[in-house]
Amino acid sequence: MDITELTVHELQEKLKNKELTVTQITKAYVDRINEKEKDVKAFVTTLTEEATNQAEQIEQKINNGEITGEFAGIPIGIKDNMCTKGVKTTCSSKMLENFVAPYNATVIEKLNDENIINLGKLNMDEFAMGGSTEHSYFKKTANPWNLNKVPGGSSGGSAAAVAANMVPWALGSDTGGSIRQPSSFCGVVGLKPTYGLVSRYGLVAFASSLDQIGPITKDVYDNAMLLNLITGHDEKDTTSSNIEKKDYTKALKNDVKGLKIGVPKEFFGEGIEPDVKAKLEEAIEKYKELGADVEECSLDVAKYSLAAYYIIACAEASSNLGRFDGIRYTYRANDFTDLRDIYKKTRSEAFGDEVKRRIILGTYVLSSGYYDAYYKKAQKVRTLVMNEFNKAFDKYDVILTPTSPTVAFDIGGKVEDPLAMYLSDICTVSVNIAGLPGISVPCGVDSNGMPVGMQLIGNKFQEETILNAAYTYEQATGFRKNNKPQFMH
Amino acid sequence: MSREDYEIVIGLEVHAELSTKTKIFCSCSTEFGGEPNKHTCPVCMAMPGTLPVLNEKVVEYAVKAGLATNCTISKDSKNDRKNYFYPDLPKAYQISQYDKPLCENGYVEIETENGEKKEIRIERIHIEEDAGKLNHDDFGGGSLVDLNRAGVPLIETVSKPDMRSAEEAEQYLRKLKSIFEYIEVSDCKMQEGSLRADVNVSVRKKGETEFGTRTEMKNMNSFRSIVRAINYEADRQIDLIEDGGTVTQETLRWDDVSGKTFSMRDKEDAQDYRYFPDPDLVAIKLTDEYIDNIRKELPELPEIRKQRYLEKYKLAEKDAKLITSSKYLSDLFEKAIEVCNNPKAVNNWIISDISRILNETEMEPIEIPFDANQLGKLVILIDKGTISSSIGKKVLTELFENPRDPEEIIKEKGWIQISDEGAIKEVVMKILEANQKSVEDYKAGKDKALGFLVGQAMKETKGKANPQMLNKMFKEELNK
Repeated sequence: MDITELTVHELQEKLKNKELTVTQITKAYVDRINEKEKDVKAFVTTLTEEATNQAEQIEQKINNGEITGEFAGIPIGIKDNMCTKGVKTTCSSKMLENFVAPYNATVIEKLNDENIINLGKLNMDEFAMGGSTEHSYFKKTANPWNLNKVPGGSSGGSAAAVAANMVPWALGSDTGGSIRQPSSFCGVVGLKPTYGLVSRYGLVAFASSLDQIGPITKDVYDNAMLLNLITGHDEKDTTSSNIEKKDYTKALKNDVKGLKIGVPKEFFGEGIEPDVKAKLEEAIEKYKELGADVEECSLDVAKYSLAAYYIIACAEASSNLGRFDGIRYTYRANDFTDLRDIYKKTRSEAFGDEVKRRIILGTYVLSSGYYDAYYKKAQKVRTLVMNEFNKAFDKYDVILTPTSPTVAFDIGGKVEDPLAMYLSDICTVSVNIAGLPGISVPCGVDSNGMPVGMQLIGNKFQEETILNAAYTYEQATGFRKNNKPQFMH
Repeated sequence: MSREDYEIVIGLEVHAELSTKTKIFCSCSTEFGGEPNKHTCPVCMAMPGTLPVLNEKVVEYAVKAGLATNCTISKDSKNDRKNYFYPDLPKAYQISQYDKPLCENGYVEIETENGEKKEIRIERIHIEEDAGKLNHDDFGGGSLVDLNRAGVPLIETVSKPDMRSAEEAEQYLRKLKSIFEYIEVSDCKMQEGSLRADVNVSVRKKGETEFGTRTEMKNMNSFRSIVRAINYEADRQIDLIEDGGTVTQETLRWDDVSGKTFSMRDKEDAQDYRYFPDPDLVAIKLTDEYIDNIRKELPELPEIRKQRYLEKYKLAEKDAKLITSSKYLSDLFEKAIEVCNNPKAVNNWIISDISRILNETEMEPIEIPFDANQLGKLVILIDKGTISSSIGKKVLTELFENPRDPEEIIKEKGWIQISDEGAIKEVVMKILEANQKSVEDYKAGKDKALGFLVGQAMKETKGKANPQMLNKMFKEELNK
């Protein structure tokens, strides 16, 4: 039995039946990380030793009956923009290369309460800005399906680690597609929850009105379980919603009969790769077979969303990243003449190009004289996008689109062309703009064996609907049984 | 043209630190002082990933301030970010309010130099967070950041440019201070910086309808400096215009030692704060019911309290105004009366000796070291004849220096009044003996001589003899 092949619900089953122990599970993952990290480069910080010790302690406590939780001893990987007390949180930036948070993010507290074991902090685009994880200061993560391809981003380390069986599941964060797009590129399941469902406290902010933490997992059932663990109102985050806690696994009915699915034609137009389109069409056929009501519709939001997204996200980022100024916990330039010089040199030396590009864009759109033309207008577009989605959800339960118009591209392929990189977010950003939940599920591979992802969008706080739709499709098709990452060189 | 041909136009932006127990966006203490960075947490230190949570008390206090200054309270308000870099501002933005302040369009009434009432309009009151403090190291040449003040809640009250003299500006600020003290939203300790003003000054020729170009002096925290600075700055601007120059819109620094304003050249270009709504905080929505409840709970304001003093205690208008100008003075007055039941006497102590000492020492009423009980007891000691009123003054000085029970003071100092007839008689006889000339003067009809003799007797007893008894006994002896 290859332990790292198992999903978390399978691990739980085996723990319960005493076929496996907590230390065996952690050891299997530590071995796997040691074997694959040189190829995949998914981690900024590995905690293999700490995890091994922790597993022993937890196992003892389980044996003593001190711990009974069903997630006790299950390992996880964490995107490196969630604060972990005593462990570096770098955001894959030189700026925070040595930053150790004095506190835990709320999601980390929740995982700790369950005695879940952190295997390490996962690589990402610097400050979550990018769609390929090439903008990490430390390393470029490779796609486990083909090591010459990007894993997507910004949660590329999280998606690649799950795909490569280096962690059983992981947390990512999604501001414009940063969970869903890498999940699509790496053939795993990634959910961006409704804005406000998961506390942002302790998530290093990129764009506060768009950021959400979400689960990246091997299958939909695991996804629902991890979502269960991280949701809930948090007094420390006033934008977190105070809604009743749900058990999302209960929504997985394996039945989509009568489910109304809208397929917006705008998402299948220019720029979509033929193989991606073909796989999506197969998935649509599958839903029809399963008894869903699938209908083509129009949702004219994508092209406006992308422009509005880059204005709002950059504006918020320009302000959020101001605190990295060389005064307190960040990198500080060595030579400086005065205060302005500290700011200038620190920020010039420690931010990467993509981060600088977005700070400059954001500063510009908020400047007096431009505010109305850009930021204010973008906020109006945002309202229009929400209205468009509201209209669509009057008719449909789920909106089905590709997660990305393409499969994973070559490392170095788009990094010199920021606009091309931004366009790969076209299918995902409108979901963030409208604050909706969206899930990416694998729906096959293209002719080169690279995974294709399907995005299912739900109405606000309707995670149950899209999880069930994704689950039903997954059960009927069995992507994981037929496809495995090949670590092609 | 001369200075008289010009009109001074003044507007004030007043920052008051709210006296909430905790900071505006985290639960750190707002206590003044303490070791550097003692009152900090990941939130007010702006650690990555932290989020602000608005302290509801801050909204309540600001609404109170708005209602007490006749403002309209906005039911739909929000927080905005004001972006700029400075080491005392750890997030690189201050959470403030930009286009939707909590309170708008209010006014307070002041009395001008010629005794007329005048309304000074208030444009807005908004909530925001204070910044930290930089301690410049005298040895190593570096600066150290202390974030104890970072995140302490402030309200900024912006007036319309309605004041026409330094005195009016002072009156307005005093009025605002007294209102904030009464409604207990701020302790208004100017020396600790919990009340400070940015002063905008411009001049124009009388009869002009357009405003002149203004300059701004930031962070002024004494009435005296504000008055001096306004007069200096107005003169400077008038001289400049008279010499054919023009006033530049700029931020100035007032230097109290030289009595001059200086241009702050370190601010390079005009700042663009790039205000935008803070996405970390939800809109502030208030209901009519919420606002009405705060309105109902507003305490008695100075104007009303003054009326009560006029009617109940029959104080002179001038005295009642002085006492009620400060909540602390006025509370001292009322509580001392409860102890001694002699409003006239307490009134006299406050308006004369206590006020004089406050003025001489530039002390704020809130800094008075003794309490109402001690003042009340002082009055009782005089009323009972245990001490004379001249000893009373010494006791008061003592209360300012080392406050304790007045009875203890007089015992310790041996100031108890001599009211024993035998002892008084002994002194009287001694003085009469030694001052035959005055005795003769008195008998020749010079009544003044009596005063001299009493004075001598007081001197002899170091002020401890009961003056009424002395008077009486001298008369008896002289008329024998």
